[in-house]
Amino acid sequence: MTPTGSNPQAGPAHTAPPARPLPGKGEQHRHVLVTIVLNRPGVLNRVASLMRARNFNIETLAVSHTDQPEVSRMTITLRGDDVAVEQAAKQLYRLIDVLKVQDVTSDPIVEHEIALIKVRADERNRGEVLTIAEMYKARVVDLAAESLIVEATGTESEVDALIALLRGFGIKELVRSGTVVMSRGAGSIEEAVKR
Amino acid sequence: MGTRDDVPTPLAGPGRTATDAGRPGPAGHSSANGSSANGSSANGSTADGRAAAGGSPPRERINHMPGAGTARAEEISAGRREMLADTRRLQIKSLAERGLTRPRIGADAVCESLLHQGADVVFGFPGGVLLPLYDVLGDYPELRHILVRHEQGAAHAADGYARASGKVGVCMGTSGPGATNLVTGIGNAMLDSVPMVAITANVVSSLLGKDAFQEIDITGITLPCTKHNYLVRDPNDIPRVFAEAFHIAATGRPGPVHIDLTKDALMGVCTAEQPDKLDLPGFKPNLDGNYRQIKLAAQEIAAAQRPVILAGHGVLISDAVDELRELAEKAQIPVAHTLLGVSAMDETHPLSLGWVGMHGWKHVNKTIQSSDLIIALGMRFDDRVTGHVPTFAPYARIVHVDIDPAEIGKNVAVEVPIVGDAKRVLRALIPQVAPVDPQTRAAYFAEIAAWRTESERTPWHGSGAWRNGQLSADYVVSRIGEATGHDATIVADVGQNQMWVARYTGFRRPNSHISSGGLGTMGFGVPAAMGAAVGRPDKETWAIVGDGGFQMTVQELMTLVQDHIPVRIALLDNHKLGMIRQWQELVYAGNYHSSHLLGPDWMKLAEAYGIPGFTATTPEEVDTAIAAARAVDGPALVNFQIAEEQNVFPMMPAGKGLSDLLEEQFEEPKQ
Repeated sequence: MTPTGSNPQAGPAHTAPPARPLPGKGEQHRHVLVTIVLNRPGVLNRVASLMRARNFNIETLAVSHTDQPEVSRMTITLRGDDVAVEQAAKQLYRLIDVLKVQDVTSDPIVEHEIALIKVRADERNRGEVLTIAEMYKARVVDLAAESLIVEATGTESEVDALIALLRGFGIKELVRSGTVVMSRGAGSIEEAVKR
Repeated sequence: MGTRDDVPTPLAGPGRTATDAGRPGPAGHSSANGSSANGSSANGSTADGRAAAGGSPPRERINHMPGAGTARAEEISAGRREMLADTRRLQIKSLAERGLTRPRIGADAVCESLLHQGADVVFGFPGGVLLPLYDVLGDYPELRHILVRHEQGAAHAADGYARASGKVGVCMGTSGPGATNLVTGIGNAMLDSVPMVAITANVVSSLLGKDAFQEIDITGITLPCTKHNYLVRDPNDIPRVFAEAFHIAATGRPGPVHIDLTKDALMGVCTAEQPDKLDLPGFKPNLDGNYRQIKLAAQEIAAAQRPVILAGHGVLISDAVDELRELAEKAQIPVAHTLLGVSAMDETHPLSLGWVGMHGWKHVNKTIQSSDLIIALGMRFDDRVTGHVPTFAPYARIVHVDIDPAEIGKNVAVEVPIVGDAKRVLRALIPQVAPVDPQTRAAYFAEIAAWRTESERTPWHGSGAWRNGQLSADYVVSRIGEATGHDATIVADVGQNQMWVARYTGFRRPNSHISSGGLGTMGFGVPAAMGAAVGRPDKETWAIVGDGGFQMTVQELMTLVQDHIPVRIALLDNHKLGMIRQWQELVYAGNYHSSHLLGPDWMKLAEAYGIPGFTATTPEEVDTAIAAARAVDGPALVNFQIAEEQNVFPMMPAGKGLSDLLEEQFEEPKQ
């Protein structure tokens, strides 16, 4: 047999063929996808249904209007390896109502979420709670005899850290908006879909 | 039809129409002044001019299925010929031009839109809230309506029609059960990328969400199994929605689009005209491949010693058959195909390798496994193709051309991704590829040829017409291929019959093979063949089905009779759910639960439907029965009594790779 066109399988029996990598089996990270969609009835259902059907687990989802009335913006955070999240973005593009999907995880961005935390606090430990809130640039927006509501904004991990500290006092109720992000600098993701 | 008194006006509010959900809806012929665009619909409640003049007899209804040979039938077929000639030049007559004075309602807009989009056949089944559409359908004789016996049949027929003709297939059903019955066929079209528009009606919009009679959230149900779907409540949205739906269904990677129309949208006055242009900012398929990626692909081809092309359905969809052959010949690359890529290349071509995958040819799988470059065209590395991915083609680099970016890197990682239409990419690629002298691939080809000889001379393959004292299924399908000159449209059902068809029929003409690949829908065969025969009336059409799948949609036999659709049905009867039985034998230790099934007396069944029936139990009878069925002017049924326990080999067991094929333990026949 000539070297050209020789069968690689005919090599020594002990050399096992290399295993082909399976997409989506890499290291998992948190990713942030910004998705610009047409503001049509059912579009949230389409996005949510697609993520469910394709076996992606949404961690947070924030939906709102934009400056353009016919366009809405969704911020989706999910965990997965780079290939899996790229696949999620490509699947989102298959939806007719989706205009743009951008994975901004490694871009320079401003990232915020808002959390309202109702903490058990009375006159004995209120000062302690207030000190913690102040350190996290959170503010108290409601005060009652036995509880107060802390309004915190920041990245997901900052809010996580605050919540962990407040948990010792007893959290009666907690609501988080989900992450919203915006890229730093003059560039605009909405610009690309201006109609 | 009812009397004038029960005719609601097209403007009747939901309160009025809601009460008549179950009875024949608006006789659209009632009202006034109906030039299509004037919008003067306020006087809709008066009767039309002639009726208002008092006592004149009700206008004769136009029957959309007049007797053959009548002047009306001539007119209809002339209209259809004109449409087929060039749909773009088609002038759609307005209601006034049709001599009608009623207002143009949503249902008229549906018919006009269908004609405008070049649809000439609709497979459907009426029902309560869909009746407004059926009420005007007779006014559009250019639209051929084929009344199926079950909505699943309508969806599969539209699917077969689309695959055979290359046009968008149209099916429709009413709300509730009519709509849910369509879902299987819609899902089938989704998985196989078939352009289809599925129309359903729904209850009046004021009753949406109230669990009204025959109401179900059908757009919620079809959302994950359509390319896009619409719920239309306003008749003036109809022309735009239909234009978008046909565009989306047929453009880029094709797929089904579902349109749900509320009854008030069908009945309300429509003043909207066909849109001049579409506004779909989120739908811009990338047709031309990236130039640099195409250059990279050419470099890969130049460097490869053992390249192989893997052609999928996308080659047929984008009509890239000639380009595929040109690339293969220029660079001397053998061409394997997937199940839905069958007929992408003439199987007698010297570079045609054959079918790859779970039940594909052993020599093809071996070629793939030993290749150093796979050029994948319009296919998606389905698990039936790759088997266990880590063992798939371990030495191969992959160039993957697909129009859907989401398919690239989904199942296997690839070295050169190219997003684009297969035809356009190949046209750009071919000039970049240097011609290859076949001599330089002599060793490679010799090896493949040796594998092929081994593969085709395996004792159990082509071992003759007999198996265990009964007919061998592979013999039967190969005889059908021979008898039809390998030019007929052959539609398979799902299961063993489907595998035998793909392996042994022998396909030469593009799109002559139709099969339910992705969803694997039993019962697909007969209705899809019905659609294929309507879509390509110039080609003989055969459905090759098993006794299991045949019994799932057997009711469509009557549709074949009523609409005189000449489908020849080859029933491979082994009294088994053959593929189930095969898996139970090979994977589940012979635990044959529920794989044996009875069928009726097939000849009596054929007789009951008024279809000529033939039976073949010996090899001599096979050719005679095929010839007899071909001689019938109309549908025919041939029952081939095949061996009860014949398996499809080779077989890649689930979870294994293409190198781990099961083959039959075969004893040499005693001489």
